[in-house]
Amino acid sequence: MNPALIVSDLAKTFTMHLRGGIELPVMTGAAFLLQPGQCAVLGGPSGAGKSSILKMLYGNYAANAGQILVQHRGREIDLARAEPRTILELRRETIGYVSQFLRVVPRVSALDIVAEPLVERGIDRPQATRRAGDLLSRLNLPERLWSLPPATFSGGEQQRVNIARGFITDHPILLLDEPTASLDAVNRTVVVDMIAEKKVAGVALLGIFHDADVRGAVADTIIDVTGFAPRGKDV
Amino acid sequence: MNAAAAQIENLDRSSEALPLLSVRSVSKAYGARIGCTEVNFDIWPGEVLAIVGESGSGKTTLLNCISTRLEPTSGTIAYRMRDGEMRDLYQLGEAERRFLLRTDWGFVHQNPADGLRMTVSAGANVGERLMAVGHRHYGELRATATDWLGRVEIGADRIDDQPRAFSGGMRQRLQIARNLVTAPRLVFMDEPTGGLDVSVQARLLDLVRGLVNELGLSVIIVTHDLAVARLLSHRMLVMKDGRVVEHGLTDRLLDDPQAPYTQLLVSSILQV
Repeated sequence: MNPALIVSDLAKTFTMHLRGGIELPVMTGAAFLLQPGQCAVLGGPSGAGKSSILKMLYGNYAANAGQILVQHRGREIDLARAEPRTILELRRETIGYVSQFLRVVPRVSALDIVAEPLVERGIDRPQATRRAGDLLSRLNLPERLWSLPPATFSGGEQQRVNIARGFITDHPILLLDEPTASLDAVNRTVVVDMIAEKKVAGVALLGIFHDADVRGAVADTIIDVTGFAPRGKDV
Repeated sequence: MNAAAAQIENLDRSSEALPLLSVRSVSKAYGARIGCTEVNFDIWPGEVLAIVGESGSGKTTLLNCISTRLEPTSGTIAYRMRDGEMRDLYQLGEAERRFLLRTDWGFVHQNPADGLRMTVSAGANVGERLMAVGHRHYGELRATATDWLGRVEIGADRIDDQPRAFSGGMRQRLQIARNLVTAPRLVFMDEPTGGLDVSVQARLLDLVRGLVNELGLSVIIVTHDLAVARLLSHRMLVMKDGRVVEHGLTDRLLDDPQAPYTQLLVSSILQV
């Protein structure tokens, strides 16, 4: 089967113009691929650039060099060079992302936050809301919270809203930035099951998991990012 | 795929490929002083573009140039009319230009008093733009006005009150209803939350966000507030001294700014 995403020669350097233009190289020559139906896990210590890789793959960070080739609408797109409009289209249809923290929007209910990606893809609201409710109950978020904006929720409750929002669509590629970090054992198991179902559905996943049990349960391959460290950098 | 379906798909693609508005090499000089210079960008249907920068960076000059309120010194601004044709805005006849301003476009001013008629009722403020495009039936006008007041969260019992009697936040919501009632395709907003308290601001932003998504509007919004840009816009244009210093996806510009000035702007945001 063709890979869903191919990364080659990817490099990232931060230039701090307010600090006299010093350069902070994060990685160079990163290369790996994601296969449909498999979950790859980024491994390596904190600060090695795992989150930076996810952010470049979502278009949130600019890549300084290299390619991120993605299968999108039957064509191959280089996300590292794509126009903003193309990146937005990729996010809507091809690449999903569960961030570490939920960015809350004032006054929007948890249920609507979860349903939004489906509504954006043209699914009618009642159906999208029903799907959102199914996911939230599966993740054991008490129904009395559904109609509230998540600003006042606990870290674990916000994280579950975030996971539901990321998993509700059928994006062929899904990026996961420590989705289980603030969850209890029961909900961690739910997320592990949900990842397994995504694999069965043919989704290519890439994640960061600090919890060794979760990592062991979901990972098909480990991508060691210390191999992408720029020369001369202490990791 | 059969031939007809393939053709439809091609049509879809080609219409998608056409921007709604194309700005090329637009400059405005006030004598020797630069208002804005060599600005280029496109906006597509359903997109929200934020123009950010500090006071005097040229963002309002640019907004006025592209909304035909201020003729640029050089450059072109092309707009896709409802018949699909791209037209140079400064070559339009007076009737065509009026059609755009009254129907196809909206303009939300920072100060609601600049966009409302303060001495006629709220209902008439909303109904007026409909009447300008030929609606005459009083009952229908009133029903539409009531519906729009409800959508911007103004009670139906306030329909006969003048905006003079409204709070700042209500006036701003009324101005938005007045602009959106004709189903415009493109809305310009100049610091729409500028003079409002934070809690009122949050409510207005959320309302605008909902309406933009629901109606598929294209919006060009000028703001100096990066939180407003983050919440509402897809793309962002950063201006300094009349020039665009950086342009791209809103979240990328805020999370990984490249230009020295954008880095300064982002690092100046106060954390709450």
